[in-house]
Amino acid sequence: MWSFAQLADTIHEGLQASLPPAWALAAEMTIVGLSAIGLFAMLGLVLVLMERKVSAFMQIRIGPNRVGPAGLLQSFADTLKLLVKEGITPDGVDKFLFNAAPLVAMIAAMLLLAPIAFARDFQIWDLNIGVLYVSAVSSLNVIAILMAGWSSNNKYSLLGAMRSGAQIVSYELSAGLSVLTIVVLAGSLQVSEIVASQADGWWIFKGHVPALMAFVIFLIAATAETNRAPFDMAEAESELTAGFHTEYSGMKFALFFLAEYINVFIVCAIGATLFLGGWMPLHIGHWEAFNHAMDWIPSSLWFFGKTFFLIFVIMWFRWTFPRLRIDQLLDLEWRYLLPIGMVNILLVTLVAILGWHF
Amino acid sequence: MFLKEYISDIAGAVGSLLKGMRRTGWYFLHREEAITQQYPDNRDNMGLPERFRGEVVMPHNEQNEHRCTGCTACELACPNGTIKVVTKFEVNAEGKRKKAVDRFIYHLELCTMCNLCIEACPTDAIKMAQNFEHSVYDRSRLTKILNRPESRLQEGVE
Repeated sequence: MWSFAQLADTIHEGLQASLPPAWALAAEMTIVGLSAIGLFAMLGLVLVLMERKVSAFMQIRIGPNRVGPAGLLQSFADTLKLLVKEGITPDGVDKFLFNAAPLVAMIAAMLLLAPIAFARDFQIWDLNIGVLYVSAVSSLNVIAILMAGWSSNNKYSLLGAMRSGAQIVSYELSAGLSVLTIVVLAGSLQVSEIVASQADGWWIFKGHVPALMAFVIFLIAATAETNRAPFDMAEAESELTAGFHTEYSGMKFALFFLAEYINVFIVCAIGATLFLGGWMPLHIGHWEAFNHAMDWIPSSLWFFGKTFFLIFVIMWFRWTFPRLRIDQLLDLEWRYLLPIGMVNILLVTLVAILGWHF
Repeated sequence: MFLKEYISDIAGAVGSLLKGMRRTGWYFLHREEAITQQYPDNRDNMGLPERFRGEVVMPHNEQNEHRCTGCTACELACPNGTIKVVTKFEVNAEGKRKKAVDRFIYHLELCTMCNLCIEACPTDAIKMAQNFEHSVYDRSRLTKILNRPESRLQEGVE
């Protein structure tokens, strides 16, 4: 059966045979970089359109339906508009930081792609502390937002960036704790091993109530970490015009916009990997026939299906719930999610020690 | 005691959040509920709401008769001088001088569609129409005379 792993191996062997090892490695890295950028561009186009359509359906509207068949080309038109717009750098800004911030946001998002397993044996870098790497690098995003907010020399930008800092620092704890529950169950920080441990059922089913609670906490924390409504305090159009990217326009704004969607994709990919088995098809214990039938669906489809399901859930949150006030936001984290997460990790440790999971 | 309150707090919050998500999820799955009007395309069969107000009109029947007695109640009710009723005196069959409407002047460009004139009218002479494509090149064309030329008061309307 055709698979991404075979494709990668074919390219690897072809390059090794035709080029000296150092050059082959350089060529492979270039290919990986280009595919990452290509994936980002595709995701940007697809997710923006998906967001607009989902929001329209939930608000009893129709959504973009003029550009191309059923509005499918709408995000191409938007991109073209953003590309030809002037990227203004206001006089009062710190020019270096102002121009560097969108790039930092993009690079932080791009680094997170490394440990994600997109399909069976198809991963950029299967490092042995993959999950730790993800939670470490995902906090780099806040630096980009603080850079943008501080260098803009604008009170709205500064307020938005400071709120975003408080928010991301707080919610990282909950996200970390819920990720830890799965690490406790799987007994490894390596992404490939966590996925392999779900071969006889995903953790959300195998881990009983603690895994389910961890999943819900992870979803809430992920929504907050990506600064999306109902936790979009960093932007909060009605109070801060556009928050940290008030002064940005044209392609620099587009990079921030893209980085937000990429981050959504990545946290959903992490959530799918940890709780829903990543590329692992739906397996139930020892039902061999059922498991074989499920294996016929390509692993990449499973991965993207789960990820897009989680993205849909996060969009569902965004278009249903009203925005929290900043004190309610911190209240939710420190008075509810964090204590529950801590009790939950004790529970899950009990489950793991006593071997209660399937 | 505290713990009980804490847990019931969370349960209530989760319940109300799920209720909201159920509503939006239902709308997501029921696309035929969409209320968007694709305006220039569906010009012929637009589903305008019943209470939509587009313009004040004065209905006339086949004999070119209207129900306006020229009492100027609408003019008094109008908050911004949109309506100007010019009255005249007519001598009726019994030789009595009677007040009647000469010109019912309606400034569409001033009208805020507040509906107060329609509520004030004692004889239901004016109504709200639903047409809304009012744009013209010359502003004076928005000043309309609602009673048609040669029109008369309907018999029996006092």
